Amino acid sequence: MKTDRYINLKRFRGFVVKEFHHIFRDVRTLVILFGIPVIQLLLFGFVVTNEIRDAKIAVFDQSKDYITTRITQKIVSSGYFKIDRKLESASQIEDVFREGNIKMVVMFEAGFARKLEKDGQAGIQVITDASEPNTANILVNYLNSVTLSYMASQQKALQQMQIIPEVRMKYNPELKGVFLFVPGIMAMLLILISALMTSISITREKELGTMEVLLASPLRPFQIISGKVMPYILLSFMNAVLIILISFFVFQIPVHGNLLLLLGECLLYIITALSLGILISTLTSSQQIAMMISLVGLMLPTILLSGFIFPVENMPLILQGLCYLMPPKYFITIIKSIMLKGAGFSYVWKETLILAGMTLFFLFLSIKKFKTRLE
Amino acid sequence: MVNSDDIIIARDLVKKFGDFTANDHLTFSVKKGEVFGFLGANGAGKTTAIKVLCGLSYPTSGELTVSGYNIYTHREKIKQNIGYMSQKFSLYEDLSIVENIHFYAGIYGLSNKVIRERTEELIGMLDLQNVRNKLIKDLPLGWKQKISFSVAIFHRPSVVFLDEPTSGVDPITRRQFWQMIYDAAHSGITVFVTTHYMDEAEYCDRVSIMVDGKIVALDTPLNLMRLNDSVNMEGVFLKLARQ
Repeated sequence: MKTDRYINLKRFRGFVVKEFHHIFRDVRTLVILFGIPVIQLLLFGFVVTNEIRDAKIAVFDQSKDYITTRITQKIVSSGYFKIDRKLESASQIEDVFREGNIKMVVMFEAGFARKLEKDGQAGIQVITDASEPNTANILVNYLNSVTLSYMASQQKALQQMQIIPEVRMKYNPELKGVFLFVPGIMAMLLILISALMTSISITREKELGTMEVLLASPLRPFQIISGKVMPYILLSFMNAVLIILISFFVFQIPVHGNLLLLLGECLLYIITALSLGILISTLTSSQQIAMMISLVGLMLPTILLSGFIFPVENMPLILQGLCYLMPPKYFITIIKSIMLKGAGFSYVWKETLILAGMTLFFLFLSIKKFKTRLE
Repeated sequence: MVNSDDIIIARDLVKKFGDFTANDHLTFSVKKGEVFGFLGANGAGKTTAIKVLCGLSYPTSGELTVSGYNIYTHREKIKQNIGYMSQKFSLYEDLSIVENIHFYAGIYGLSNKVIRERTEELIGMLDLQNVRNKLIKDLPLGWKQKISFSVAIFHRPSVVFLDEPTSGVDPITRRQFWQMIYDAAHSGITVFVTTHYMDEAEYCDRVSIMVDGKIVALDTPLNLMRLNDSVNMEGVFLKLARQ
């Protein structure tokens, strides 16, 4: 009936207006909604990075000939290293590492240039501080590439057959860490905020006792929940747009694929997160517990198990299995494909389908739980 | 016993949670325009009963008709015709008085014109002109309680359910609140109220006393006192609860 539909629409509008009042009158909610995402994104983007610049190293040159000088110059000019000290004896090596500033010692053997010209080979020993294994690895790789490029430049002079692979880093040629982090952060923030805000706002009504009054009214549970969730869909979507804008203008992360597809996938993921929030709020009627579940139960797994920082392929099998249950994992794959590789829907339909399936599953569980509570 | 004037008819109403029987075969009826009290100690099953009557939870077995509608088949119709005020007053603290009224009125599908007229009437009656745009959290408890009750009957339901509406408010406010209940009853709204204040029980037209999930007595306060040789309801209650 037309009048019924009109009344329902009016009820729904009233509900959404009320929800916006709650949001805009609570500074805490506003901070969580818009402050935290921006700060997190900027923090992660600038601070958490795999790139290392100006790492302090020490050089122990026992040869001091024209080739070792040239290689040392190359090491310095690469920008990755800064020579902090020149060592005179092997006994100093242990001491500089103990001091802690020096990350790596590069040692040229005695008679370097002579050996290289006579035998065609000479040794560089690289000693790193592996108490920080990741840094050590990265530094060794940087140094390798510096010496390789020196060798390449000398190739003609040396007249030796060498196979030098030409490496092309596709989709992120400068190997910027931020390219990896932004999709991850986006996945984390959207799921955290959407699930956290919905679960808190629903449990708040339970705590206040207003939920009972709403349930005793002619509103159907479906209307109550969709009325509560609608504003958060809008706000989370604005958040997604904000994150894409910041990553474009501040971190120069391109969007190679279709922008509409990207936004559509964001919307789907937001709805997945909201349905998780609804599910959480059916499990508890306390705001505190809802917050704990959202923070501990969603944030940590998202950081650890979504392939955001640690590659899924390297995990023990059980954890890999867990990873496949994480909605963020699929979302990260989707946005990386769209933003960085310019992939179209035909490449991400599988992940999209999985996210949609998860959403339906969460909603189904919530409805079931809600019904048993009434009985 | 079935009477067209009966607004609530419950027959053998049972509500179980697992092995625990919260409501054990409740049979009673409430007349139109009556102030019907539901008296019992904490845990006697009052709140459970009121939730079943409001359609907030399903009965395990038994017959229940509210406002002429069957609870199993016409739950939505019932909800349109009842008002409910919970123990917690259930107003939104971060909304103003007028916003709360408009929100709840909107849920019941009242037209904007009706909402506007009744809001002004209510604001005038409760003398809230100067605070109409104040947030609920800035108001004293007694005011919240009165506003909450007014909101619960704003859509002119045929019956309003009040779940311990006076817990935590001072005696003077309680007295004023009961005046509001009488006014509502005079305008034809049936009032179903649970309480554990014995003096309030005396204000009701009829009282049912619940002990351990069962109704052990149901009559007018005067009859109950006479039958149990008591001068007040407290005596009646203590006598019945001890049995």
